Amino acid sequence: MEKRYWKGLEELQNDPEFIKLRDNEFYELLPVKENDHKPETSRRDFLKYLGFGVAAASLAACEAPVKKAIPYLVKPEEITPGVPNYYASTFFDGHDYASVLVKTREGRPIKVEGNELSSINGSGTNARTQASVLGLYDTGRLQHPKVNGKETDWKAVDNEITAKLNDVASKQGNIRILSSTIISPSTKKAITDFAARFPNTKHIQYDAISYSGMIKANQLTFDKAAIPSYRFDKADCIVAFECDFIGNWISSSQYARQYAQTRKLNAQKKNMSRHFQFEANLSLTGSNADFRYKLPVTEHGAALVALYNLIASKAGATALTSASTSVSEGLSKAADALWNARGKSLVVCGSNDVNHQVVVNGINQLLGNYGSTIDIANHSNLRQGIDEAVNELIAELNAGNVGALIVYNSNPVYSLPDGEAFASALKKVNLTISISDREDETSVHCQYLCPDNHYLESWNDAEPEAGVYSTCQPAIRPLYNTRQGQQSLLIWAGAPVTDFHEYMKANWNTLLAGSGKSWQNILQDGVFKKTNTAAPLVFKDSALAEAGNNAAAKKSGTGLVIYEMTAMGNGSQANNPWLLEFPDPISRLTWDNYFAVSITYANTLGIKQGNIIEVKAGNKSLKGPVLIQPGLADNTIAIAYGFGRTHAGKAGNGIGVNAYRLANGFQHLISGVEVSKTIEDDHQFAGIQTHHTLMGRNRDILKETTLAAWTQDSASNNTVEKITTYKGKQLPHEVDLWATEKQPGFDKPNHLWGMVIDLNSCFGCGSCVVACTAENNVPVVGKDEIRRSREMHWIRIDRYYSSDADPDKNEGKKDYSKMEIPSDNPQVVFQPMMCQHCNHAPCETVCPVAATPHSSEGLNMMAYNRCVGTRYCENNCPYKVRRFNWFKYFDNDQFDYNMNNSTGKMVLNPDVIVRSRGVMEKCSLCVQRIQAGKLQAKKEGRRPHDGEIKTACAQACPADAIVFGDYLNKESEAAKMKEDPRSYHVLPALNTQPNIYYQVKVRNV
Amino acid sequence: MGHFKESDLRLPLILGDKSVHQITEDICRPIEGKANKWWWIAFSIASAALLWWIICVGYTVGTGLGVWGVNKTVDWAWDITNFVWWVGIGHAGTLISAILLLFRQKWRLSINRSAEAMTIFAVICAASFIVSHMGRPWVAYWPIPLPNQFGSLWVNFNSPLVWDVFAISTYFSVSLVFWYTGLIPDFAAVRDRAKTKVRKFWYTILSFGWVGTAKNWQRFEEVSLVLAGISTPLVLSVHSVVSMDFATSVIPGWHTTIFPPYFVAGAIFSGFAMVQTLLIITRKVLNMEEYITIYHIDMMNRIILITGSIVGVAYLTEFFIAWYSGVEYEQYAFINRATGPYWWAYWSMMTCNVITPQLFWSKRLRESVFATFVISIFVNIGMWFERFVIIVTSLHRDYLPSSWVMYSPTWVEIGIFIGSLGLFFVPFLLFTRFFPVIAMSELKTIVKTSSSQAKKKGAHHES
Repeated sequence: MEKRYWKGLEELQNDPEFIKLRDNEFYELLPVKENDHKPETSRRDFLKYLGFGVAAASLAACEAPVKKAIPYLVKPEEITPGVPNYYASTFFDGHDYASVLVKTREGRPIKVEGNELSSINGSGTNARTQASVLGLYDTGRLQHPKVNGKETDWKAVDNEITAKLNDVASKQGNIRILSSTIISPSTKKAITDFAARFPNTKHIQYDAISYSGMIKANQLTFDKAAIPSYRFDKADCIVAFECDFIGNWISSSQYARQYAQTRKLNAQKKNMSRHFQFEANLSLTGSNADFRYKLPVTEHGAALVALYNLIASKAGATALTSASTSVSEGLSKAADALWNARGKSLVVCGSNDVNHQVVVNGINQLLGNYGSTIDIANHSNLRQGIDEAVNELIAELNAGNVGALIVYNSNPVYSLPDGEAFASALKKVNLTISISDREDETSVHCQYLCPDNHYLESWNDAEPEAGVYSTCQPAIRPLYNTRQGQQSLLIWAGAPVTDFHEYMKANWNTLLAGSGKSWQNILQDGVFKKTNTAAPLVFKDSALAEAGNNAAAKKSGTGLVIYEMTAMGNGSQANNPWLLEFPDPISRLTWDNYFAVSITYANTLGIKQGNIIEVKAGNKSLKGPVLIQPGLADNTIAIAYGFGRTHAGKAGNGIGVNAYRLANGFQHLISGVEVSKTIEDDHQFAGIQTHHTLMGRNRDILKETTLAAWTQDSASNNTVEKITTYKGKQLPHEVDLWATEKQPGFDKPNHLWGMVIDLNSCFGCGSCVVACTAENNVPVVGKDEIRRSREMHWIRIDRYYSSDADPDKNEGKKDYSKMEIPSDNPQVVFQPMMCQHCNHAPCETVCPVAATPHSSEGLNMMAYNRCVGTRYCENNCPYKVRRFNWFKYFDNDQFDYNMNNSTGKMVLNPDVIVRSRGVMEKCSLCVQRIQAGKLQAKKEGRRPHDGEIKTACAQACPADAIVFGDYLNKESEAAKMKEDPRSYHVLPALNTQPNIYYQVKVRNV
Repeated sequence: MGHFKESDLRLPLILGDKSVHQITEDICRPIEGKANKWWWIAFSIASAALLWWIICVGYTVGTGLGVWGVNKTVDWAWDITNFVWWVGIGHAGTLISAILLLFRQKWRLSINRSAEAMTIFAVICAASFIVSHMGRPWVAYWPIPLPNQFGSLWVNFNSPLVWDVFAISTYFSVSLVFWYTGLIPDFAAVRDRAKTKVRKFWYTILSFGWVGTAKNWQRFEEVSLVLAGISTPLVLSVHSVVSMDFATSVIPGWHTTIFPPYFVAGAIFSGFAMVQTLLIITRKVLNMEEYITIYHIDMMNRIILITGSIVGVAYLTEFFIAWYSGVEYEQYAFINRATGPYWWAYWSMMTCNVITPQLFWSKRLRESVFATFVISIFVNIGMWFERFVIIVTSLHRDYLPSSWVMYSPTWVEIGIFIGSLGLFFVPFLLFTRFFPVIAMSELKTIVKTSSSQAKKKGAHHES
């Protein structure tokens, strides 16, 4: 029988009262206050309410100003708040090219990423492309058309310009369009249409950093005035002369991507390219070379001729005039390597001297590289400027033979060696029109300013290489009263179709005919490729002998290298604070350019770092600060283009000095410059790395080996030092208080996120740094704060030089003070460093308020709102990757960058909080991307695919050196790479068990 | 009042044949009389410093920690240096009152009151640095495990900073109670002598109704003993816990097991040095040379000599262990201390902390007021540098050479340090004016009226 329990005696006795109330939840009715017929509110109550009301009203009046967030009244069909839209587009500013995807949130472009479909740059981009999105929100842009300095409207401008152009045309006056290189077929057509309307029109292309020497050399040797396209990925041996093809040369993100493929090593791929670099300046490319020789500027041509002769003797060809250099040993080594890899080798040169380039063409021809690693038939369009054409224009301007000049996306007053002369020549032109994004150095001398759209507001197309197309579509309506230049030209020419979108579409319909692709497809993909069947061109050696003689001609004196800096390029983005704060990969300095000299040369001159020197090239001289830079050839000075802007905008004005002034004859390599020390005050540099050598710590921090050793043993130089304990020698993780992966408590049931970084294909270009800045709303802190070692970057690329005193070169002896001094020609290593997401994180245990805990997916997390700012975590971080908000970096006039104005703030990623003052921040492994990816997978009822989720840094890397993934997914690329014998942890003895692995760097020496 | 007979070999603890009444008169004089010129000068300077402290801290809290010189690598510098320095200074008081009480060292009675006061004010200064070094001082209460409405948020008991919160707050509260307990009979004495209504009113409140019955005294003695028992482990634990801020970390130069005893010895060392500095001035200004005698100074100098030697041995041990460990980073950290960019800080520390106290082997110097004062200042400076060396030189060059930086303070940090001296001296000077600076009731227990008379008699007999 079932047992029954009674609740009380009432139930046992079945009391009638109990039965009546049994089913009511409440035994008694809830008390209700009886109305006792008194007035509801007494006088006292009234006064109380009054007092409360007044207090509440006054408190309400003290409320912070209301910020309005207005929802869509009519929601656009394609926009879901919180869900990003991506649009395929193209970045080309006359200098850098990338086919990109633009990420927009609620109609605002917030990030650009490489377009995986692109055969040029793939998913990778360089730092400048990453930073270009901030240019859209630059308040320094021109916001209205202007006539003679006065704001006006487009109608007035168009009427006046059309009338004046007609006037010039009717007088048979010359009309000149000066632009940077244009790779857009539709723009070129628009210019052709314009020229058809005004027949005396000539279009001159002008590259601020000139590659005219190469174009002319190809004219001489192949009858084709163009830059060839390169295939570094097919090269087994690369020899580069003063050529920074990874960082800056022509299409660097493309070349870096190709080059990286030859540097990858794994169980399947056992070979890597061998790379020789001969250069006077230490470039990013040179720092990645297997062999690097210091080639003085004065011997540059001679070295090329000597190399030609060495190859010629192997090939049985006629030698050029004899030439001797100080690097003959290196040249013969390079010649042997090239000859062994003939047909799969590549010689490139960064000189703008046509003689040099002719000899280079000769070498490549002898090696049979045309058709394999170099394609001149399917040329590159990225540089088209010819120096002579520019000189001719200047002559015409000075002679007063130009009736109207349109300066389109070009800034000659800033970038010509004699810019001031150009400015005064402009005064002799009746009609000067500037189509520019800002009131720059040239625009201020023009009558009509017709502000151009930002590329993210524009329609455009591009043909970077023959037959390779990409499109550009607006991702936002123009923020200001601007209009794209092509449309202006069409309007002034009175074209039947003036809407550039329609114009371009019509153009593309012709182009796409027969391809089976529609305009919509093209816009969606962003890229289009036409199979090209250009016949190979025949090499003509007629110019070779003379070029050889000219190149080998003896030069003397101090050499000057004017190079392109990875941050600033040609200076067109000089007002971009992300780029200004981007540390140069080599010098690790921000917010500056400088005269770099070797320590030997500095001692000869009697100058010290920070001294101001004056360098005179031809009739121009320039004053600038001195930086002592290891790796420079002696008797050499190097300075970067792109600085010293006077009309760039708030952030960029007055930063550095304008090295274009020294580029006499558009040359980047100049011999016989004069140097004098001036007595001005010393200069303060802002570097984010103040110590430059590894102090013999390679074994724990940055491991490297040689290809030969690695082929023998794939774990070469990758052993973990054991710790001596009472039980004998043990690995660090065996001496452990805590739970490890193999023990309970280390519970990562779902995912274990991590990154593997291949140090062999990380070249230090730093596009990850800017990508991270854009993705994670990293603030810009300015030069002063960088000088106080307070940069905020979540990822940095540590650069170390080898030292002559390194213990491995001195039988293990350690002389610490000497180990601080880099070698004269150091080996350079790069190491991206970000939060290591340690599974045994030193930072996590020390936080008093548990603001930095560990997630069940292996992430070291930061709860900003919980942080009280003791900074103990950063002290205890052996990798020093945490960043503290020393100030309020937004809405603060002390930091007047993009986060101090409402336009600039539009670039902020709404998925990432803007950190307040007094809290710690650091790499989150792009947790917002992980969450978005997981959510997408969950919606589709599946696990996230490998490669579907990428951190911003991994996404931006042109070399795919950073691989992100889930270690629990054994099929993932990251999980496989982490098991590779080359993988290691930084500082293994601390047993922090990071989720970031590095792979040993291998040198092919 | 137990007047006791003592050995002829022992030196008298109070000079000048004081009668019990005379002691009361002497010690109450600063409270009942007017402040002299020196006091006013000192108080004005201290108040100005305190005002400066308010300005500098206000500026820091209002603008951000960026106004300091700390950076991405050296996240702690003068702030925590000063914190540890002040906590260390706060060590002598409790040691004197608690440990010396348990060891029946009667000479402590002349100095324990002011040493304890120093402890209280030094710990306040130390705590001010904890709060002001925070990025968000307005949430400074978060490291305290308070029940809250933030969800399941709780403090991280693994963090040495939480241990610090407990250690410092316990130390402060126990020291305060101990100090106040000792003050009660003396407040009562002042109350009973009060000639003005105001004084009577305040000291009545302060003296908690003490009437001086035998039961009062019995309880007083018992409570003192119990508090001494509680305080004794605290003397050792506080600085051990503070040292664990460093010892439990992974930073070379911090991560050493020697830290707890080494820090405790250093704290006592610096605490006594500060007591010397203060008492040498106080005894002069308040005319208390007969209570705080050369004998007291000598005794404290001996403690300084011992603890200074312990500290010196600790420094050498660190070097030995760095070499013996074979750990690259540890070795570099110590070589860098001695020969790196901050060598001057290291050698200042070595000179002040290891060499100067060794001078106290000389009895002449131990008994010289001037030498003691100078050396105590040296020790104060040396102990400040010790913390600076440990914190800044360890941090500025740790594991990855890419992050190695230099640190230099800004005027704000220097200002807060100078200001904290004001934060210390303003209450200390007020203490000398309003509180009996010597525990007079207890001191009366060692007045040697009878024994010195006996001695005189004895001398008479022998002759």
